[in-house]
Amino acid sequence: MTEAQEKNIPDVSSDFEPKIVAFCCHYCSYAAADLAGSMRLDYPTNIKILKIPCTGKVDVLYLLRAFEDGADGVIVAGCEEGTCHFINGNIKAKKKVKYTKKILDDIGLGGDRLEMYNLSAAMGQKFADLAKEMTERIKKLGPSPVNSGA
Amino acid sequence: MIVGEQKPIEEISKMIAEYKTVLVMGCNTCIAVCHAGGEKEVGILASALRIKNKVEGREQNIEEASMERQCEREFVDELADKIKEADCVLSLACGVGPQTIVEFYPDTIVLPGINTTFYGMPKEQGFFVEFCGGCGNCVLDMTAGICPIVRCSKSMLNGPCGGSQEGRCEVNKDIDCGWQLIHDRLKAQGKLDFMDEILPPKDWSPARHGGPRKMVREDLKIDEKPEDEIEGITKEGEK
Amino acid sequence: MKAGSNLEKVLEAGKFAVTSELGPPKSADAENIKKKAQYMKGNADAVNLTDNQTSIVRLSSIAAAQLIMNEGLEPVMQMVVRDRNRIALQSDILGASALGIKNMLCLSGDHQTFGNHPQAKNVFDIDSMQLIQMVKNMRDEKKFLNGDEIKVEPRMFIGAAVNPFADPFDYRVKRLAKKIKAGCDFIQTQVIYDMEKFEKFMAEARKEGLTEQVYILGGITPLKSAKAAKAINKFVSGITIPQAIIDRMAKAEDQKAEGINQAVETIEHLKTIEGIKGVHVMAIAWESKVPEIVDRAGLLPRPKM
Repeated sequence: MTEAQEKNIPDVSSDFEPKIVAFCCHYCSYAAADLAGSMRLDYPTNIKILKIPCTGKVDVLYLLRAFEDGADGVIVAGCEEGTCHFINGNIKAKKKVKYTKKILDDIGLGGDRLEMYNLSAAMGQKFADLAKEMTERIKKLGPSPVNSGA
Repeated sequence: MIVGEQKPIEEISKMIAEYKTVLVMGCNTCIAVCHAGGEKEVGILASALRIKNKVEGREQNIEEASMERQCEREFVDELADKIKEADCVLSLACGVGPQTIVEFYPDTIVLPGINTTFYGMPKEQGFFVEFCGGCGNCVLDMTAGICPIVRCSKSMLNGPCGGSQEGRCEVNKDIDCGWQLIHDRLKAQGKLDFMDEILPPKDWSPARHGGPRKMVREDLKIDEKPEDEIEGITKEGEK
Repeated sequence: MKAGSNLEKVLEAGKFAVTSELGPPKSADAENIKKKAQYMKGNADAVNLTDNQTSIVRLSSIAAAQLIMNEGLEPVMQMVVRDRNRIALQSDILGASALGIKNMLCLSGDHQTFGNHPQAKNVFDIDSMQLIQMVKNMRDEKKFLNGDEIKVEPRMFIGAAVNPFADPFDYRVKRLAKKIKAGCDFIQTQVIYDMEKFEKFMAEARKEGLTEQVYILGGITPLKSAKAAKAINKFVSGITIPQAIIDRMAKAEDQKAEGINQAVETIEHLKTIEGIKGVHVMAIAWESKVPEIVDRAGLLPRPKM
């Protein structure tokens, strides 16, 4: 994303600051987030990072529990395909994310609130970008009905 | 093992709508192995139902529990308190589980969260195939260890029919022709002459066609009382 | 004589037999059957009435058999084991015989998932092999399947189907032998397009002495177009139409006429194969062409027995 584009991002709901949980792989996105910090890149503070040894550790239940406990959005960030330190943990995660999106659609929360990204440890900028992208997406979707509902 | 799959959430949600406290109850044997109704699937379904209720503004307690085998009273009884407290039990066991609860907890509303599909085997992770029809009269000795009752779409005892093509069934190209498999295996064993014999019409009475089945093993029974007096056993075929 | 049917007499007399086929309507329309029957009159020794073919509900084969008997034709009642258990099958065999039906063809039946009621529960209590055996025992031993005696036995000339083109190919002749052992009197084969494969099958059957034990009638179905041929290859299991035939159809100016030509040629060829005792002409939804095919193949007039 260019600087100009960043500035063009519309502020849909200035009051609403989404809570986004990011399950980040130790070998790539977690380091990328760290790098984004070292590079002094700006990214939204809405992202709460949870370090996991591999996205293969992510389970459908983890993702649902995050939403049940009030997350407005969830990110799963793993290594680029073909570079998983555990051979194919990220491919397994991709399938679980797809499965969970279906459940989220079925229960009326919407699969769009969950997204998987692939990046390497060197991609500090990409991490900052995806954090912005997801924050904007969730802002547009509005607060999770789990929080605003009963 | 017994294979089954979870009913759609929408269907389950409608089923349980009128109850305040719902106990989602799993079984950690067969149905857990096919990833449909074990402890983990109970967690996933319960979580999904709670989120759905919040999204739709419905108040309902979704409780979770699971046991080793829902088809045995001893295991079910360990959860007796939870069962009694719930307004309904949503069972994620095969069809035997809910009926076991019905048998011993006559006042409890029990609902099925699973469609029980077949007796089968995981051919690979996430891929299950049907291998047995529970017909009560096994013929595997005549058919090279491959069941013609469930692996032939027409349950032929003298197959293959004229619809077998390149090892596939006429019903669907994804289905192996059971009789091609039997043929190939008998051939490899040098026993192809088995297929020259006309197998006689099957006696289906030991199968479901003889009415609800039961099995009594006198040597195993502890209670000295005759079977029909044992407390809680429903007498089948009673007029 | 096993049943004394016209078809049996024709075959017994060593004449080259002709059977044809009539698909009953998807309605209670008796006139439809009467009209189609007219195409068969004088052109076939007996006419098959299909039993809910491809699992689509149609007027019953027994009733259709009675209707064509009223028109002076001889029926071959087809019977599949898909929809009836041994109780219903035996009951209908008795009923059919009482009505004067003297030929029947024992089949397993297309699976119900092909038809217009795919939600149906199938039966498959017994298989086609066991059906042949059961009818034979009813006729020759005067016994029901359970061993009970039948006072007045059904007299049926028993037919069976073979598909020489299905797999495993090396088992197909053995399966024919098994059907003969089960007790069938005549065979109607699957439609023949791949003559090379069929010749191979027949050579093997002759070697086993099977052509001496049963009357084999070769199956004929005229193709309407190259497109239809391709569709058969794609959707009908157990039939493969060689590319050469499809090409010939595609090149023809009048594809329908070409289809008839090919059917006639196939009959001419079958006449030369040792062990072939007749043909079974199935002009599906094209019954009006039966007279022309039979006539051009030199099979008229049909013998009066």
